[in-house]
Amino acid sequence: MKLEHEHFRQALQGSAFLGRMESLSNTENWASWNGYKVPRVVDKLSTEYFAVRSGCAVMDLTPMEKYRIRGAGARAFLDRLVTRDLAKLRPGRVSYVIWCNDEGKVIDDGTVFQLGEQDYRLCAQHHQLDWLLTSAVGFEVTIEVETHAVPALAVQGPTSCSVLQQAGLEGIETLKPFDVKELRLAGAPVLVSRTGYTGDLGYELWFQPEHALAGWDAIFAVQGLYDIHAMGLDALEMVRIEAGFIMPGFDFNCAESTVRAGHDRTPDEVGLGWLVQADKGHFTGRQAILAARKKPLQRLLSKLVVEGNKPVGEAFVYAGKDGKQVGEVKCTTWSPVLKANLALADIECQRGELPADLWARFDYQRELKWHTAWARCRAQNQPFYQPQHRGLTPPAPY
Amino acid sequence: MTDAIVIGAGHNGLVCATLLARAGHSVVLLEAAEEVGGMARGLAFGDGYRAPTAPFAYPLDPDLSRQLDLAAHGYQAGTPVATVALAADGRHLTLHEDRLEGVDIPAEDQAAWPAFRQQADDFLEALAPLFGRPPPRLKDFSSADRNTLMKLAWKIRFGLGRERMYEFLRLLAMNIYDVLDDGFTDPRLKGALAADAVLGCQMGPRTPGTVMSWLQRRFPARHGALSAVRTGAGNLSDALLAAAQAAGVQVRQGQPVQQITVDRSQVTGVVLADGETLSSGCVISALDPRATFGCLVGAPALDAQFAQRARQIRGEGVVAQLHLGLRERPAFAGLDADQHGQRLLFAPDARYVERSFNGSKYGEAAAEPVLEIALPSMHETELAPAGHHVMSVNISAMPYSLKGGWDAHKAALQEQLLDQLEGLAPGLREQVVAAEFLSPVDIEARTGAVRGHWHHGELTLHQSFMMRPLYGAAQYQTPVAGLYLCSAGAHPGGGVHGLPGKLAAQRVLATGGAA
Ligand SMILES: Cc1cc2nc3c(=O)[nH]c(=O)nc-3n(C[C@H](O)[C@H](O)[C@H](O)COP(=O)(O)OP(=O)(O)OC[C@H]3O[C@@H](n4cnc5c(N)ncnc54)[C@H](O)[C@@H]3O)c2cc1C
Repeated sequence: MKLEHEHFRQALQGSAFLGRMESLSNTENWASWNGYKVPRVVDKLSTEYFAVRSGCAVMDLTPMEKYRIRGAGARAFLDRLVTRDLAKLRPGRVSYVIWCNDEGKVIDDGTVFQLGEQDYRLCAQHHQLDWLLTSAVGFEVTIEVETHAVPALAVQGPTSCSVLQQAGLEGIETLKPFDVKELRLAGAPVLVSRTGYTGDLGYELWFQPEHALAGWDAIFAVQGLYDIHAMGLDALEMVRIEAGFIMPGFDFNCAESTVRAGHDRTPDEVGLGWLVQADKGHFTGRQAILAARKKPLQRLLSKLVVEGNKPVGEAFVYAGKDGKQVGEVKCTTWSPVLKANLALADIECQRGELPADLWARFDYQRELKWHTAWARCRAQNQPFYQPQHRGLTPPAPY
Repeated sequence: MTDAIVIGAGHNGLVCATLLARAGHSVVLLEAAEEVGGMARGLAFGDGYRAPTAPFAYPLDPDLSRQLDLAAHGYQAGTPVATVALAADGRHLTLHEDRLEGVDIPAEDQAAWPAFRQQADDFLEALAPLFGRPPPRLKDFSSADRNTLMKLAWKIRFGLGRERMYEFLRLLAMNIYDVLDDGFTDPRLKGALAADAVLGCQMGPRTPGTVMSWLQRRFPARHGALSAVRTGAGNLSDALLAAAQAAGVQVRQGQPVQQITVDRSQVTGVVLADGETLSSGCVISALDPRATFGCLVGAPALDAQFAQRARQIRGEGVVAQLHLGLRERPAFAGLDADQHGQRLLFAPDARYVERSFNGSKYGEAAAEPVLEIALPSMHETELAPAGHHVMSVNISAMPYSLKGGWDAHKAALQEQLLDQLEGLAPGLREQVVAAEFLSPVDIEARTGAVRGHWHHGELTLHQSFMMRPLYGAAQYQTPVAGLYLCSAGAHPGGGVHGLPGKLAAQRVLATGGAA
């Protein structure tokens, strides 16, 4: 990526879609995501939230860190990088992965797209170039940063397939979850994957820069009762918690930016032990993870339903009301579809198990007056919200 | 399936293999070269000349010699030597362990020298728990590690006493140049000691930590005086080979190992260059750790950060070697005949040493290098045809990555060196019958030492003790189960004392590695 002269005067950069977002924004409520200017809320949070859950939400995904990994050693490189067995990954498929440092602590999560025989794209939450280059020693691979070169949109929600069909994306109905395929939109090629961060039916569109705006315009030109809305980060935060997706760097410390001992986490500790396939062959962190597994689980990033409807915000978690403090809430949301308070909390285990009787203690304000509340918490393994329609192929038409 | 495979029959590989075989294990020792001994062996050159690679060494650990019955296998200790600090004007100074000899030596230096030496030996005594045993681990240490640290702390605090402990802690990270400047005035003395602190390393006397590297080099002095290493009959490599074979080690020469095979962090054996595979759950590498991890194991079989650290081990060869076959004994100005058998060191003052090192940082060969000169034929006449002599010169500040490449500069550098030597020993040029000039690149080609470094990695503080060769592979073990390290790249480092080989074998046995 070439930096413009005096680029530093511009604190945040814009993706190809920023102009469109700016013209839709009524709130001027912006955030920085990996250095890009993106909306927190474009218009109204509830509108955006319900677009995901009952209509079609469109989000700018360009700031997602993207790396193109190519070469004869690309597969071997990825196999050594991530904890998951990629044996089933083939061209046209996507896999959700995590990767760890030597100590078996999670660095980040992301998705690997196999685009060709020796051609992959890795999408990550955080900047990973240094880690990828460190990991590339001894492999025949090239690694290219594609973050800016590939403008991308997430199109998510129950009507998203119908919307994209109406926009002219032919063949989209044939994509199964975690498929990726090159299709055509607005007369130009676009790479489409059936992936997302919302737990709903949804797609991600990966454009060539010159075709990006035409793609956006084709989607927003679709007429009818599809409830299409541009979406910001705040609605995404709600739906991703409902879907039980964790956010490295927010719900737990990314290993390579953790300074204090013990503040980073193993895959098991963030509930992603199922992504570790230790039999597949060597990968970074394998021995450390296996060694940690010889001891009882120390802590678990857990999904909690917090009783009541008071906004939880920041909270400590206790074993028993007035009991021992055993953890802290990392993120919460009120779920409109479930009518429940949801939280992800980092909780110490006792002999490898979560304490049975969990309580959250938190402070909340009512008419500027502070109150302290205790609320019972129920831990669960399953995602909070997992609608049937999200997995159907072809998706139900609207 | 053998109990253990040792890769590399340098003296450390031989020691390790023999000790394992003596403990009752079946051991195969694989050596790339036709001859064993690695950087400790002699090399034939010209017509009937033979020269040592490492010309001077402290005696082998006596426990080790006894354990291996080296005397019974023909080993003869070398002849003790003193270091003669050569002066350009022929007014040389000789460093004996207890006194200085020569003209115009300041009385205060004469008095300070034994005290200085004694202090060094006291420090080494304090450090003995570190040198003579496996370095303690930084993390998860065992009771043995705790024991080592306690012994160390005890010796430093009570062995040295309060005053000397402060002095010790002050000096440890210092550069030798400042220390010498504080203690001595004679430039010949300061030059010789400064050169000793940095010999073989990419450092100058003003580099921090050179007091430590000087002490490290001197550690085996506890076992006896520096000696001219035997290259002909009675040499260490042949004796070690005989001891290995007698112990039942299957030594296979001319068998380069191409790969160490690993399955999910467990070593499974090796593949030879000709494709033959040998299986074993225990492989001990006596190679430079950079070759072991970077080439033989390969980064893909290792965790990413470890592989990266292994690649970043510092150690760039800076010494070239010149072997000369001479038709008669050279005559160094100012030396009598007997003194020609001593260790001759040309480093006329400490600033000379620092200056000669400067250019090497930028890939330039020193125009005025430090020279360490040996005439091994003074002790072993068989190294040269009758009446002839062999001279072996280590030349400092000759960087591996020479600007413009070695091929372009070698001939001219050889001439430059001959001129410099001619200045010290007039008539030398006329006496030369055979010459062989080995750059660090040649040394790498001959011995496999990565980048031609003498010690398989620089002897700096950050690569010593529990950090040698690198964090995650101290105590001779590696992240690959069953793979051990036993070369100069491991603690306590380079030189011809066999300690890494011995301590690694102990580690293999203690951890049940070869069972
Ligand atoms: C020019 C020079 C002068 C020196 N002078 C002195 C001195 O005066 N005093 C002193 O104490 N020290 C000196 N040293 C340092 C000392 O010689 C070394 O530190 C010591 O010999 C290292 O021994 P080692 O057994 O650990 O390794 P090495 O001797 O390097 O042994 C490694 C062995 O492995 C073999 N090998 C390499 N690759 C493979 C492969 N793929 N498969 C199988 N085998 C392989 C090599 O051929 C070699 O035999 C000098 C070194 C050099 C180069």
